Amino acid sequence: MKEFNLQCPIPINDYPKVLLAHGGGGKLMHNLIEKMFSAAFSNDILKQDHDSAQIVLSGNKIAFTTDSYVVKPIFFPGGDIGSLAVNGTVNDLSMSAAIPNYLSLGLIIEEGFGMNELWMVVQSIAASARAAGVKIATGDTKVVDNGKGDGIFINTSGIGVIEHKLNISPRNIQPGDVIILNGDIGRHGIAIMAEREGLEFEHKIVSDCAPLNEIVQNIINSGIDVHCLRDLTRGGLSSTLNELAESSKKEIIIDETAVPVNEDVQGACEILGFDPMYVANEGKFIAIVPAGDADKCLEIMSSHKYGNGSAIIGKIGHENESIVKLKSRIGTMRILDMLSGEQLPRIC
Amino acid sequence: MKFIDEYRDKDASLRYSELIKDITTKKWNIMEVCGGQTHAIVKYGIDELLPPEIRLIHGPGCPVCVTSLELIDKSIEIASSKDVIFCSFGDMLRVPGSKKDLLQVKAEGGDVRMMYSPLDAVKIAKENPGKEVVFFAVGFETTAPANAMAVYQAKEQGINNFSILVSHVLVPPAMEAILSSKNNLVQGFLAAGHVCAVMGYNEYYPIAEKYKVPVVVTGFEPLDILQGIYMVVKQLEEGRHEVENQYSRAVNKEGNLNAQSIVSKVFKIGNRKWRGIGEIPNSGLVLQDDYINYDASLKFGLAELVVDEPKECISGIILQGLKTPHECEAFGKICTPEHPLGATMVSSEGACAAYYRYRKK
Repeated sequence: MKEFNLQCPIPINDYPKVLLAHGGGGKLMHNLIEKMFSAAFSNDILKQDHDSAQIVLSGNKIAFTTDSYVVKPIFFPGGDIGSLAVNGTVNDLSMSAAIPNYLSLGLIIEEGFGMNELWMVVQSIAASARAAGVKIATGDTKVVDNGKGDGIFINTSGIGVIEHKLNISPRNIQPGDVIILNGDIGRHGIAIMAEREGLEFEHKIVSDCAPLNEIVQNIINSGIDVHCLRDLTRGGLSSTLNELAESSKKEIIIDETAVPVNEDVQGACEILGFDPMYVANEGKFIAIVPAGDADKCLEIMSSHKYGNGSAIIGKIGHENESIVKLKSRIGTMRILDMLSGEQLPRIC
Repeated sequence: MKFIDEYRDKDASLRYSELIKDITTKKWNIMEVCGGQTHAIVKYGIDELLPPEIRLIHGPGCPVCVTSLELIDKSIEIASSKDVIFCSFGDMLRVPGSKKDLLQVKAEGGDVRMMYSPLDAVKIAKENPGKEVVFFAVGFETTAPANAMAVYQAKEQGINNFSILVSHVLVPPAMEAILSSKNNLVQGFLAAGHVCAVMGYNEYYPIAEKYKVPVVVTGFEPLDILQGIYMVVKQLEEGRHEVENQYSRAVNKEGNLNAQSIVSKVFKIGNRKWRGIGEIPNSGLVLQDDYINYDASLKFGLAELVVDEPKECISGIILQGLKTPHECEAFGKICTPEHPLGATMVSSEGACAAYYRYRKK
């Protein structure tokens, strides 16, 4: 008889309780997913290691994904939990270059949550779904006791059709490929942080929350041989690049001066002791394409409203070394590491 | 970004790198005192721009790193108590105590909150009269004025459910401790710019004179640090040992007199145990007798708690600049940012964490 391994793969001695950092997008979360979830559910589709799973149903290629949204504050400059819940899932589907079609909507509402706020969230979901061209096809509502939730939590799952014949996956990343980013980083994380901490800036920092399905389809329709797409959410650009270096087993080289950062975001990061490379985004992605397609891809991205400020930020180096290197502003080279837990503000 | 990018300019950095190479004829060991400078040096690879004769030694100027295990354990004890709201600067939350860290206390249900300002903790105390609100008052002379102001305000407003766990350390006594150690290698200092913005730099004249070492007050951007190094090397090569100010855009000789006055009103100088180094006489701040009711250690009956440091961690030797993180057996193996043995691996300003993050290989 096959032996069951009942021992928890996350060393209990180190982490007898789940920490916030286990969901923070850094190394702890990475370990939790790899050692506990992937190990427990191991199958060929999960091994794709992608933002959305690519499955074949009766001969049709479909992308399938799910995500939960627990953002606080619920309303923030540039969006709210509703627009985030739609765009986040739309974007996960878009990173397979699928055309998003249907979303499910699961609401967990805390007893006492304002009916007017709920209506505002629902209207925002409806408007975002319209803008992204998806339908809310099914839903579920649960209300939990006062004090047992944080206002409102949302889960959305989504499916989309994959019409292209490309192999868009970290495993298809090739040495010499070029990395293109669709604009400046760190807006979402800083907009949230500024709202939470009551920080004020000359120009209000607005979240970049946006659906990326159209800009991705524009790239695909132009015939560019896209090797990989990935959106930059929790953990920011740095965590995404490290994940890709890990799953593609390639060296990634980034030029720090080429990565666009808005001046107010930079200023906020200086004050808070953050590095924009690690700050969350909700409307940013990187496209990894062959060097020959790079200029064309950059042009297509730049001409879309969600690609304003697109830039080539780096390239794929040699094989067999999973590492992200950053050519610093003053010309030296260093490692761009994945964050190990939550990014904590420094004392001084 | 204006006033930042100029100090991170590549061409100017390379010019300073050449200037330093031009004047260097001998081997020199220079210590940057502040953890913020260590972080910038490793982040920007500034040491790669120096000639091989110049060795930078990473000093004890990270307040998170030098806070004793004893105080961390006290903080955990207090934060785990019933009806306590424990407030702290962000990077203290992950520092390991003997058994756990503050983030784990939070996960177990403790009310642990991250703050940007100790005055926010006073406000929380005012809004929660049924709770004891404790702020972890960590830092060098830089954070002392704000922490002093919090205690001062609490007393003025009659807020009695507020107290601070004092872990304040002072830079000049630590520099003297290093210089008077028989293993000392340090021949010149980049003094911590932001400490000097508060305290000025009069305190360094006797040190420079007594130990015959150049002291250059230095900022935190790549160009500041390169210029600071240039000024120290120039003095060393010319046989001088003076106090100079590279960071004149933020620092003057007298410092911030208002800040100094609130600090001396609330705090007095006392002995302090440094993690990895041990007790240094007169190297810390403790509350003045008038403010003793705001001392969390006394309030929670923890004054007698004594905790020893773990044996495997050589952070003390690293903090004195006698070894680099790469020379530690535990570095990157049993000691990583996820499982730090000592505080130099925890704080982003700690030498070990900076090495781990930016140059593992």
